[in-house]
Amino acid sequence: MDHSLLMAILLLSPLVGFLINGIRYKNPTANLSGGIATAAVAISFISSLILVADLIGMPAEARKIHVSFFQWMAVDSFKINAAFYIDQISAIMILVITGVGSLIHLFSIGYMHHDKGVTKYFAYLNLFVFNMLILVLGDSLLTMFVGWEGVGLCSYLLIGFWFSDKEKAAAGMKAFITNRVGDAAFLLGMFVLFATFGTLNIQEMNALAPTTAEASWLGAITLGTLFLFIGATGKSAQIPLYVWLPDAMAGPTPVSALIHAATMVTAGVYMIVRLNPLFIVAPNTMMVIAIIGALTAVFAASIGITQWDIKKVLAYSTVSQLGYMFLAVGVGAFGAGMFHLMTHAFFKALMFLGSGSVIHAMHEEQDIRKMGGLKKYMPITHMTFFFGWVAIIGIPPFAGFFSKDEILWMSFHSPLGSPALWVLGAIGAAMTAFYMTRLMCLTFWGKSRVPKSVHPHESPTLMTIPLIVLGILSVVGGWVGIPEVIGHSLGDIPNLLEHWLHPVIKPIPNLTEAEHSMEWMLMGVSVSLATISAFIAYHFYVKSPETPEKIANSIKPLYNLISKKYLVDELYFGTIINPLINGSKRLWMFIDVNFIDKITYVISDLVRGGGGVVRALQTGNLQQYAMLIGIGIVIALSIIIMR
Amino acid sequence: MQSTNFLTEVGLNHYLILSALLFVTGMTGVLLKRNIIVMLMSIELMLNAVNISFVAFSKYLNNVDGQIMVFFVMTIAAAEAAVGLAIAVTIFKRFKEINIKFFEHLRG
Repeated sequence: MDHSLLMAILLLSPLVGFLINGIRYKNPTANLSGGIATAAVAISFISSLILVADLIGMPAEARKIHVSFFQWMAVDSFKINAAFYIDQISAIMILVITGVGSLIHLFSIGYMHHDKGVTKYFAYLNLFVFNMLILVLGDSLLTMFVGWEGVGLCSYLLIGFWFSDKEKAAAGMKAFITNRVGDAAFLLGMFVLFATFGTLNIQEMNALAPTTAEASWLGAITLGTLFLFIGATGKSAQIPLYVWLPDAMAGPTPVSALIHAATMVTAGVYMIVRLNPLFIVAPNTMMVIAIIGALTAVFAASIGITQWDIKKVLAYSTVSQLGYMFLAVGVGAFGAGMFHLMTHAFFKALMFLGSGSVIHAMHEEQDIRKMGGLKKYMPITHMTFFFGWVAIIGIPPFAGFFSKDEILWMSFHSPLGSPALWVLGAIGAAMTAFYMTRLMCLTFWGKSRVPKSVHPHESPTLMTIPLIVLGILSVVGGWVGIPEVIGHSLGDIPNLLEHWLHPVIKPIPNLTEAEHSMEWMLMGVSVSLATISAFIAYHFYVKSPETPEKIANSIKPLYNLISKKYLVDELYFGTIINPLINGSKRLWMFIDVNFIDKITYVISDLVRGGGGVVRALQTGNLQQYAMLIGIGIVIALSIIIMR
Repeated sequence: MQSTNFLTEVGLNHYLILSALLFVTGMTGVLLKRNIIVMLMSIELMLNAVNISFVAFSKYLNNVDGQIMVFFVMTIAAAEAAVGLAIAVTIFKRFKEINIKFFEHLRG
């Protein structure tokens, strides 16, 4: 089939789904609305499969499908087309978005079955998929920005989906406003890059990128990429703009799986990978990205250890895993970043859906202190969650092991990385193993702490099918990117992902040949760290549940600080938000009331007074008017004649 | 002006003087009378005074434009009379009198 037709189907199918469900938004039948929405995304998935199959059929260097629909705007030499292109990077993204997206839509039918706003929910979900596809396929930064804003809007709408609850509505607004801060920086980045290259077209910019690295901090590319990265910290929840993501868990759980774990939050990583020829020549930006990524990975993981809400734990885990992706791209391992993005989409979507299944079974209970022993009630959810767990803590040969290990290895080995980054990453990995094991123990294993009034049960088939599929992907998903050192010793298994991405990823400058012994050793260290901390967590939370409490009590100040999320929210409120609100109030009370309002009042009083004077002339006496007309004519005529 | 004897021969000036007299009479009526009907009649008088000078000039200057203008004035006069009388009838219905002072009630 024609590529432009396929591309149109890929993009428009979710939009059509959105329009259909959007028009009949009051309809309460979950099966029909969900059927329409799922079919819409499934159609997209099929067309993206066909497109990617075509892409694979092309020769490696020429793999690109570019479709231009119409000219969107033209100002002088600045022309933007509604054009989209699929290359090796966006191919992975569209498969993940539409594939995982279809599964999550399917899961939502079961999860949202009893909700009155179910049709509206599916309409938003479809709109999100549409915008996300625009984001990943757009051929210029501006087209990407349209999708970038669109997914932000959908995220806001879906976080605040149960908006009658004030806290949830506030969480939506927090997400939206925090993202605005990042988006402003993204815009600045676009301005700088446009001023430098004279174009916003991604391929043209990548082609125009210089070959030598830019050493200065104030160079155009360094500044532009830094601004873009700040934009990415907003969308992808990195320090300092990560605060919205944990609150975003107020939305329905499948939304957390789709938007706040698998797709939207990875947009920042994707953007950097797509612009990798620009970022690689700005080593200062790369350093900032790597440091922020590593810090976020550790910082968020440490908060995750202390949380009691099942979704909050997963949310901090997501922030932490996104930190790993940024660490990867920051040290120049763009392929590893994309790889982790993909595997993370599988296992994190799986775990969010699993937590949704648990919450569903527990009648909207999210506190893991009131769970425990759910394994015997929910065998399928437990089994799939188990695969997600081994995947995220990096046990070979599950998906997360390959991607995380490649990131850790590159952060050590790459000339842009350093042993310090590796140490941070390894600590983060150990923490990840700890909090995920803690979550597993408290939710599924150990003694049941379920209140007597609640009778947990396995979720319906509609919800378990996506879990099973994602569970399988979490096991096998990593096998496409088996690192060379392992593949070689297992009998020349190729690193498929690296070969696939190779033509569109710029190599890291001055990369030395890998020492295999070193790689094996670091791999051994990180895996054993993860295993040990997983065992410690198992021991703490299943064998002797009183130990963690004792430890927490012995380091009470630190524990309190961490469990209150390092008081970052309070810090932002104290230093930025409240002063801003108070300042605005003062401006209003003083400047607005005293000057601006006064001036307008004086003007309006003047006009009204003047009108009153003139009004007195309008007596309503007809003959007086006639008289005045007569006198006027006489005067006018006399002037004309006298002249 | 043509050199004609003012007392023996009727010329343009006679028409203009008649026109002016009629106009002033009409205007006086409009300004002084309190009865709406009389005022409307006075307005007709003023319009027709103007018509006389139009026709007179038209004849004197050998130009039909003035006469065509008269038709327009007559049309306007008819329309104006219709509207004016309608208002007068309404006023009468309401106040049982057609004094101009009641028009003051129309004041906003």
